[in-house]
Amino acid sequence: MDFTLKIWRQKNAKSKGRFETYQVKNISPDSSFLEMMDILNEQLVNEGVDPVAVSKGCKDKNTDPVAFDHDCREGICGICSLYINGRAHGPDDDITTCQLYMRKFKDGETITIEPWRNRGFPVLKDLVVDRGAYDKILQAGGFVSVNTGGVPDANSIPVQKEKADESMDAAACVGCGACAATCKNGSAMLFVAARVSSLALLPQGKVEGARRAKAMVAKMDELGFGSCTNTRACELECPKQISISHIARLNREFLLAKLKD
Amino acid sequence: MTKLVSHVPEGPLEDKWRSHKNNIRVVSPANKRKLEIIVVGTGLGGASAAASLGELGYNVKVFCISDSPRRAHSIAAQGGINAAKNYQNDNDSVYRLFHDTIKGGDYRSREANVYRLAEVSNNIIDQCVAQGVPFGRDYGGLLDNRSFGGSQVSRTFYARGQTGQQLLLGAYAALNRQVAKGSVKSYPRHEMLDLVVIDGEARGIIARNLVTGKIERFGAHAVVIATGGYGNCYFLSTYAMTCNGSAIWQCYKKGAYFANPGFAQIHPTCIPVEGDQQSKLTLMSESLRNDGRIWVPKKIEDAKKLQAGEIRGSQIPEEDRDYYLERRYPAFGNLVPRDVASRAAKERCDAGFGVNNTGKAVFLDFRTAIERLGRDVIEARYGNLFQMYEKITAVDAYQEPMMIYPAIHYTMGGLWVDYNLQCTVPGLYAIGEANFSDHGGNRLGASALMQGLADGYFILPYTIGDYLAGQIQVPKTDTDHPAFEEAEKAITDKINKLFNVKGKRSVDSFHKELGHIMWEYVGMARNEEGLKKGIEEIRKLRKEYWQNVRVPGENNEFNQELEKALRVADFMEIGELMALDALNRRESCGGHFREEMQTEEGETKRDDENFMYVSAWEYTGDDQEPNYHKEPLKYEFVKVATRNYKE
Repeated sequence: MDFTLKIWRQKNAKSKGRFETYQVKNISPDSSFLEMMDILNEQLVNEGVDPVAVSKGCKDKNTDPVAFDHDCREGICGICSLYINGRAHGPDDDITTCQLYMRKFKDGETITIEPWRNRGFPVLKDLVVDRGAYDKILQAGGFVSVNTGGVPDANSIPVQKEKADESMDAAACVGCGACAATCKNGSAMLFVAARVSSLALLPQGKVEGARRAKAMVAKMDELGFGSCTNTRACELECPKQISISHIARLNREFLLAKLKD
Repeated sequence: MTKLVSHVPEGPLEDKWRSHKNNIRVVSPANKRKLEIIVVGTGLGGASAAASLGELGYNVKVFCISDSPRRAHSIAAQGGINAAKNYQNDNDSVYRLFHDTIKGGDYRSREANVYRLAEVSNNIIDQCVAQGVPFGRDYGGLLDNRSFGGSQVSRTFYARGQTGQQLLLGAYAALNRQVAKGSVKSYPRHEMLDLVVIDGEARGIIARNLVTGKIERFGAHAVVIATGGYGNCYFLSTYAMTCNGSAIWQCYKKGAYFANPGFAQIHPTCIPVEGDQQSKLTLMSESLRNDGRIWVPKKIEDAKKLQAGEIRGSQIPEEDRDYYLERRYPAFGNLVPRDVASRAAKERCDAGFGVNNTGKAVFLDFRTAIERLGRDVIEARYGNLFQMYEKITAVDAYQEPMMIYPAIHYTMGGLWVDYNLQCTVPGLYAIGEANFSDHGGNRLGASALMQGLADGYFILPYTIGDYLAGQIQVPKTDTDHPAFEEAEKAITDKINKLFNVKGKRSVDSFHKELGHIMWEYVGMARNEEGLKKGIEEIRKLRKEYWQNVRVPGENNEFNQELEKALRVADFMEIGELMALDALNRRESCGGHFREEMQTEEGETKRDDENFMYVSAWEYTGDDQEPNYHKEPLKYEFVKVATRNYKE
């Protein structure tokens, strides 16, 4: 399969970016999207310059390999973060970019590739963004305050299976940022809610539930993420199908915290 | 030889750890505040160690190469974590877990370390539950278990098919709590490029800021390496793309011995290689072997038709299927250890019974389980794995059997450590996959998570205190010390050298070629001639690398090609040491299978008389043969036996 790629290029956080066009050929339909990106980069390293660009007279074309975040390539680490043809993680459901396969595209198609779009995630280079904000939100309260050692036996507190399962549903969040990148308000509410709800459903996490919700929401606001207006776009694009019902649980915890104030 | 003192305490096996803890020194809270520790890596080992050390009051700096500690590859472990809780009342015990692990490792691990691992396994489960890890539970609200290879009891705790993710998020949350408190400072997108040793003691690291390219110096009273394994030497593996052996390799070059480098684990259930554009292999969890049955056709004609794509696996009738693991190993069946299952798959494929177009795949079939339990139950147990399989292969595994083949998954070898997890360089510690101590020649499933967390939560925080108690008078490390100057200069020179090659080949093309050499000559089956050939080929490739690699861009920017170039340069050297170690070990044990040393049935044949030791390699200089040391293994409490999974 052959493709035309329109890719966002940006030298660093301070410089201005722009789209550049590249061609790739003979891509196997069974290759993953990131393997296709590897092939493009291999081409850029080997050629040094893009012959198509030279023939068209664009000498100032950026022919450095394209920077993009990737690691586990099996859909679990959450580092890959491409906005492909206007969709976070591209044209397939319930996946991260690394699990997108070229068989989902048409031969000869033009594919537009951009970094995550959100004020909270500044671009570092090309398609790589800084998601340090997500770490900071979790540092504000996304934990249970226990030290190592001195904890009770694991089976001393039974947990209703349904609750443990629902907690696991929320805990499946990989912290990729697709929710915030998709939201028209730029809200990170689904990400925050997944953590708050996962812990609030378990007796071990419930203890600090209200305090946690308040602290994490405050941090999210402080870091420049927008507010939630229940458009549900986040839920649609979440690779781990995390439901917005967790946002409802976050709101409940948050309200409880405010009532106590 | 004098350096290889294991410091295993005297006394009965079950008292060793307790009495050792009583005898080692501790540091007072006021002094802990004055001491600095560097932790490199944020997987289960690194994150749990950094968090626990921060809680104790030390000043901790933690480094990771990703954008967040949560990305570390521990996150990809699917199936579970072992512990000797005996919640299932199936007569499990600390001793049984210890014995299974020693036996699974084919009697090449250190007895006292493995017993301690089994001992603290139960604390790990308690700790994780307290942190809010949503383990699988039954309707009574108590924790559920599943079975894993190499064991006849159900002792594996799990969180769906995402156990590693949930345990890592637990450790990462504990780490976040300490970052918020200020006891731990986190350095994401930083890669350690060298260890700094002053007067024989580990005193800091040189790291590259991967965003700006700046080479930075960090000093401390002790350095903890938790950077995982070096299996990406093979290019195609189940490791994440950025996993690398560079941190441990720099430690090796600064005097830390490298133990058992040739012991690599090949996991039997991965999605087969598909084409030459592939960048990595995806694991299908070992937990699938609880309900999946592995087979190839009995008739070679059927295999040929499958290879030609003329028929599908589901069309082959029951009587024409060869469930070769159940046939060869009746007692353990599909749950034999990984090395045994991998070799059996290779044996069938080499005999021509492979089931896909490359002839390098076997079936993992759920038909029997779906008939017995219903699709709903299988979906609840493994739904995400079936979904992942479908996304990658476009095949619905509820209808057609999965196709699997062995792939590189883990390295049992690593930095040599004593009972305190300290390397041969004082003040340098290695934990988790980065050390060698617990898995011998083969690691059992669901034991990597156990070891990472055991080391990080419950062992290192105690043992490092014994060393640091002697450091309380030592002032903060001065990063202007000549040792830092020298290390930084060496790194800068190496980077400049790489840029200046200005050759014609990409880093990836070299990495792929190295991978082919490794898989061919240092893979699942090894022999003397092949290993010698492999070493020769690696040397040739390494020479070409430094004459013909092309690294675009510059140092002082975000440059992923440079990152890869530095790592691959080290893989070229690590690969050679792996081959050398495999060559020296003229016996078969665990995952290390020397074709010359096998039984009549094709099983591994150990040579306990000559090889019951840990090999430990000492660096002597570039392009020089390293020194070979041996730590003899003494089994005082288990009877050393031939592994038998048949009865």
